[in-house]
Amino acid sequence: MEKQGVIVTKNDSLATATVDLKKGDIAKMFLGDEVIEVVMKEDVRFGHKFAIKDIKKGEHVIKYSESIGTATQDISTGEHVHVHNVESDRGRGDKKHQ
Amino acid sequence: MKFMGYRRNDGKVGIRNYVLILATSVCSNKLAEDISRAVEGSTHINNTFGCCQLGGDARLTLKTIINTGIHPNVGAVLVVGLGCEGAEPLEVYNEIKKTGKKVEMITIQGEGGTLKAFAKGVSISRKFAQELSLEKKVECDISELILGMECGGSDTTSGLASNPTCGVASDILVEMGGTSILSETTEFIGAEHVVARRGINEKVSQEILNLVRGCEERAIALGEDIRGGQPTPGNIEGGLTSIEEKSLGCIHKSGTAPFQGVLQYADIPAEKGLFIMDTPGQDIESITGMVAGGAQVVIFTTGRGTPTGNPLAPVIKLTGNFHTFKNMEDNIDFDVSEIVSGHKTIKEMGEKLFEEIVEVCNGKITKAEALKHKEFCIYKIAPTF
Repeated sequence: MEKQGVIVTKNDSLATATVDLKKGDIAKMFLGDEVIEVVMKEDVRFGHKFAIKDIKKGEHVIKYSESIGTATQDISTGEHVHVHNVESDRGRGDKKHQ
Repeated sequence: MKFMGYRRNDGKVGIRNYVLILATSVCSNKLAEDISRAVEGSTHINNTFGCCQLGGDARLTLKTIINTGIHPNVGAVLVVGLGCEGAEPLEVYNEIKKTGKKVEMITIQGEGGTLKAFAKGVSISRKFAQELSLEKKVECDISELILGMECGGSDTTSGLASNPTCGVASDILVEMGGTSILSETTEFIGAEHVVARRGINEKVSQEILNLVRGCEERAIALGEDIRGGQPTPGNIEGGLTSIEEKSLGCIHKSGTAPFQGVLQYADIPAEKGLFIMDTPGQDIESITGMVAGGAQVVIFTTGRGTPTGNPLAPVIKLTGNFHTFKNMEDNIDFDVSEIVSGHKTIKEMGEKLFEEIVEVCNGKITKAEALKHKEFCIYKIAPTF
């Protein structure tokens, strides 16, 4: 099965790139029998994540059907999802003092 | 299923047969290492503690040293102390002797300096090494195996491929009556509710949640942002965005079996099955704890690559990152990257990994053993005074 990304569960809002992807590439992924295709809006390298649906600022970002953090800005389908637009909600000793 | 192992006087089974040169404190650490270098078939631990520690911290170091000394992969022990340290050499000697294991003790002060202690130590260890070389393996049941599970240098392939592969192997072992230990409490933060659901009863589930809450509170009490420490810069470079994401990937190592209970660091499980041990995310401290807890073999998943071994237990390293396997083929034993590319399933690689574990139990040496990696580090829970 030729694919460019992996989606873990059907509830996930993102996929992990299994090859280096360039802006404009079509990333094909399988979820069971379903084929999902996303047009890349930016370069995303192997092992990094990209959105497979639009995510609003303040929403939880979902992988493994669980939250992996909160979006700090709006993210659209095909964009890189990582520390620049997602913040962890745990272990935040820094937040206690704000 | 059977494997060939060394039956010890306390009934436990080892898959290696070392003479352990056991330093009880940092002051005798160099001497212990020097003795070990001089004796074929011996091993040693790196002990940078063992004195001027207080309370729970002192007890933890002593427990880790003793439990490492009574480990079934060890056939005989030479306890090596300075003579005045907090982790008293005589106490360590006595606790090991109680289990029926061959043990002797020397101290630098007692022998009159390191040169004389070296000569005596090498002489004793040489005798032990020859005695152990006559020991024969016997057939043992796979249920006597304790498997330690670790992940380090994680990236996104860890959660997608290498950790679930580990989970399949763990499930197979537990199904056959064996024991498996999941570790690294920090790396449950964000996934603790998923883990707690698998406790065999409410008490165990609550213990798991308390364990993780305690860990997160310690981080928060420092007034620091846990990020940068966890996930590490390497994790982030590899695509992991948050501790939650890392943890959700990490917990896949434990497969689907129910959790029998929570172990404190370096505690030996009293029953069989799947356990959680409270260890930090620092790989070497974590592996040191699980091996002290009796794990005869360790599987270690890595995304970015790591060379880590252990003085007593073979550490089998695997990765789901094709680039990492090619880049660090000298150090990584097992490649499961075909799961990521879609050419192999998690189930088939998990079964292959289990076969590899059995081969290592039967004598196949890992790359870490071949390259003499003996990373060892006792978890410290308070400052020295």
